[in-house]
Amino acid sequence: MITDATLTKEGLAPSGKGRVLLIACGALAREILAIKEANSLDHLDLQCLPAILHNHPERIVPAVQDAVAKHSHTYDRLFVVYADCGTGGQLQAACAEMGVEMIAGPHCYSFFEGNAAFAAQDEMTAFYLTDFLVRQFDAFVWEPLGLSKHPQLRDMYFGNYEKLVYQAQTDDPALTAKAQDCAERLGLAFERRFTGYGDLAPALRGLT
Amino acid sequence: MSDQDDDIILSELNDEDLVAQMFDDLYDGMKEEIEDGVNILLERGWPPYRILTEALVGGMTIVGHDFRDGILFVPEVLLAANAMKGGMFILKPLLAETGAPRVGKMVIGTVKGDIHDIGKNLVGMMMEGAGFEVVDLGINNSVESYLGALETEQPDILGMSALLTTTMPYMKVVIDTLIEKGMRDDYVVLVGGAPLNEEFGKAIGADAYCRDAAVAVETAKTFMARKHNQGAPAA
Repeated sequence: MITDATLTKEGLAPSGKGRVLLIACGALAREILAIKEANSLDHLDLQCLPAILHNHPERIVPAVQDAVAKHSHTYDRLFVVYADCGTGGQLQAACAEMGVEMIAGPHCYSFFEGNAAFAAQDEMTAFYLTDFLVRQFDAFVWEPLGLSKHPQLRDMYFGNYEKLVYQAQTDDPALTAKAQDCAERLGLAFERRFTGYGDLAPALRGLT
Repeated sequence: MSDQDDDIILSELNDEDLVAQMFDDLYDGMKEEIEDGVNILLERGWPPYRILTEALVGGMTIVGHDFRDGILFVPEVLLAANAMKGGMFILKPLLAETGAPRVGKMVIGTVKGDIHDIGKNLVGMMMEGAGFEVVDLGINNSVESYLGALETEQPDILGMSALLTTTMPYMKVVIDTLIEKGMRDDYVVLVGGAPLNEEFGKAIGADAYCRDAAVAVETAKTFMARKHNQGAPAA
């Protein structure tokens, strides 16, 4: 069984089975596999790039371009399961140039809630975590921001935020407790919001 | 850098060694040591502007270069910035009293819908260090907020920052409004933020995209020099 740490640092190699290859963020691996299984989407194969690219948006476009170049001749269709993810529209432009489709939305927080609903909420002072990011909070937030060594930096990073919104893809009391602990560590109010898979599920079901 | 520094007594160092030590202390984000260093140099009769440029900005320039080159990361830069802030806090009132040269004036703020200010704060601090007067509008600024500040403050430069792909287009809203009101050519418009790039800066009609604080300072200085040259009588 693949671990979160592996998904964070290495990603996931494709199985080679299926006509359609999903090139996705490692942070979405479990959710994509769950949707695939629940809907018997056996024609979909999954390759995940290391989830930690989330912290380095400037590396996402070249990594996706490399994956597309590598697999474009071995699958009937490629679909990129990254939203814009802080690339400033460059991922969309690169996908258009390569003739590859991608999921809509500014980031996964948005498509998990549903892009329309997320845009309507206008929650400027919310800091979001998904199931994966709660499990990997230390690897994605605490350590890269240097907060274990320099806790005094916390308010420089999070002083303008008001609450942590845990967007739950699954019902898991242990994960909810961990998310609440994350909020306390960041000095933020806590809100749990069950989103399920949002726009991700219909986007994958629509791939023929 | 500071593993061997425990026994160093700053006041016993000569000026050259003290400034070198302050570079190290800035690099290591040691705020109290920077404050001590600034006070010692003041006691030795250094003009505040000299301390600012030679000790603080000199040290932060090294930090900026190492950040650009991937040697330092955001936490270390923030610690260094915090240390510099400690020194600036002492120097700022003295700079005003002693009539330090003013290179230009900048109004800076994060755009509407965006609360991220780390990059903006770094730019503001480095611009102050470079001799600019900086008016910081904070976060979540509307067109009205920017325009009001431009009219009140009459700056040379408008700086806008955004961290989100969803908020960066607001910069164009501000620039388009400046054009509509016939004010665009009155200001140099600099933009920055993680998801931006040079192409975006050009597309929205900014004068320049600045990828980091050090580039922002150099770009601002270049525009100010150009402005002064344009204003100079022909030879």
